[in-house]
Amino acid sequence: MIHNTYPPLTLSPPHPLTHPPSHSSTPSPPHPSTPSPPTHPPPHLPLMNRVLHIAKTLLLTYYAYMLEYRAELFFWVLSGSLPIILMGVWTEAAKGGGFGLSPLDFTRYFIAVFFVRQFTIVWVIWEFEREIVEGKLSFRLLQPLDPGWHHFASHVAERFARLPFAAILMALFFLLYPQAVWIPSLSNSLLCLVAVTLAFTLRFVSQYTFAMMAFWIERANAIESFWFLFYLFLSGLIAPLEVFPPIVRQVVLWTPFPYLINFPASILVGLPVNLSQGFLVTLSWIGLFFVANRWLWRKGLRQYSGMGA
Amino acid sequence: MDSIPIITVENLSKVYPVAIKQPGLKGTLTHFFRRTYRSVPAVQSISCQIDAGEMVGFLGANGAGKTTTLKMLTGLIHPSSGRVTVAGHDPFRREPAFLEKITLVMGQKQQLIWDLPTLDSLRINAAVYGIGDREFRQRVGELSEMLLLGDKLNQPVRKLSLGERMKAEFLAALIHRPKVLFLDEPTLGLDVNAQVSVREFLREYNQRYQATILLTSHYMADITALCKRVLVIREGQLIYDGGLDSLLERFSPSREVTVELGEGRSSQQLQTYGELVSVEGCVARFIVPQEKLTQTLSRILADLAIVDLKVSEPPIEEVIGQVFRAGAT
Repeated sequence: MIHNTYPPLTLSPPHPLTHPPSHSSTPSPPHPSTPSPPTHPPPHLPLMNRVLHIAKTLLLTYYAYMLEYRAELFFWVLSGSLPIILMGVWTEAAKGGGFGLSPLDFTRYFIAVFFVRQFTIVWVIWEFEREIVEGKLSFRLLQPLDPGWHHFASHVAERFARLPFAAILMALFFLLYPQAVWIPSLSNSLLCLVAVTLAFTLRFVSQYTFAMMAFWIERANAIESFWFLFYLFLSGLIAPLEVFPPIVRQVVLWTPFPYLINFPASILVGLPVNLSQGFLVTLSWIGLFFVANRWLWRKGLRQYSGMGA
Repeated sequence: MDSIPIITVENLSKVYPVAIKQPGLKGTLTHFFRRTYRSVPAVQSISCQIDAGEMVGFLGANGAGKTTTLKMLTGLIHPSSGRVTVAGHDPFRREPAFLEKITLVMGQKQQLIWDLPTLDSLRINAAVYGIGDREFRQRVGELSEMLLLGDKLNQPVRKLSLGERMKAEFLAALIHRPKVLFLDEPTLGLDVNAQVSVREFLREYNQRYQATILLTSHYMADITALCKRVLVIREGQLIYDGGLDSLLERFSPSREVTVELGEGRSSQQLQTYGELVSVEGCVARFIVPQEKLTQTLSRILADLAIVDLKVSEPPIEEVIGQVFRAGAT
């Protein structure tokens, strides 16, 4: 059995669901009632209501779940502080000039990176791998809802739980360094919101696709660790794409990596970006990974043996 | 009882590839560079039919293929060959209409979220199955009453006792009121009282909803209390399909003879009357083949001073154990 095999290389912490937190909700007790005659099939809600009901229930439950990790959540937010460290390094380096970006540009860029990272951290591969290895996927497979939605909902719910912590940290930063404060335009803010949503979707779909390999190789997170190497250097996490040689930048812009961090962060700070290419490439990669994901899912289920269950 | 088959299984087989590794460094390196696999037939050409509303016991030693069969019947794993139909569906297609009709309870696995109250997990299940709030409250009330769960549903699952947790698992597994229940060791690890209450619940659920139940258990009391019919599987093959009574008659061609002697006798002397199982003080137990029973009893009564004598069937566990070992040839 595997217990909490956390990512050795990633900066993204594995998450609350790997060891479920407690939750102190006090739902109303059920009404005792007289036995009802058998009714088959169950009375269903209309489709749209049903979808909304599922989404609401999953989000609320997983949100409550995440909130139980107050202290942990704070440290997870802190653990995403690599951009702040890199900010210091690059701001110093930029004082000599020669990068095309001023020290203040670097500062704003890396605080935007910190912000984007908070909303694009994904840990689905460790969760899914555990479900396969411990046979826990079985229960999810027995329900008429694709198991992927549980993972997606828990990630989305976690974003909301993380938000206040990230906001406090950013406020603290601007308080200490008021020169770095900038107000992005409304259009840039909205575009950034779309770009961050797409970045999260792309990161989730791509990692969930690699997770499918757990049907065959069981330790699928090794693939993610390899992928993470490219992510680290090509996404703009270590350095903004502006400092890359032009030819490298041209090639990298066709890969999914810069759209995971550099693209939304650049929009937020107002650095020049090719919006149409950016959104088109992101959507194409999402589509490509999604098709691969569904194909691997169908193939993988034939491999599944419900280990340990 | 209905006589429409709700489960039909035809020549169902499952073969697993299992990697073979020799011990030692050489074996490890060979295993790394050139992995060899052996095909292990977990289930071999099983055929049977189960009618709607039946409660059937599924017996077999560990590793006989019970769980693999249940996984194929619930659509969790893909059969290597053969056909399965459950409630008119091919399980592996996992169509929503099929999933709404079945459930699987595994005694050694839990679906409830450990740190949340049961009710939260139930709400997720209810949403997934499209059960409205009013209907949800009614069903939870009804099932928790049947399961005698009381106010335990508001407690985090980790705070429940094993018996309460198992009942809560039942509640989660039955909230969508399935027609076909697959139960894999549902009383595993429970104390006698909890076992009895789970059994009573299953009997009531079966009667109330005319549900079909296929049950595996290592506790024979579960089987004898609930199932008239049993399937016995050994090394992946179905070796018996019929009444529990017939199974005992067929595989228990011996009787247990217990005698209380007026005076002590040595084991050597007693062994001449049959297979001596135990001697405790003046009480001796023998296993005697059915055909020699009359003759043996006459000899015992003639040779020994008897205070008391009892003839009975051997315990069901011993008979089943014998069936698992020897098969139904």
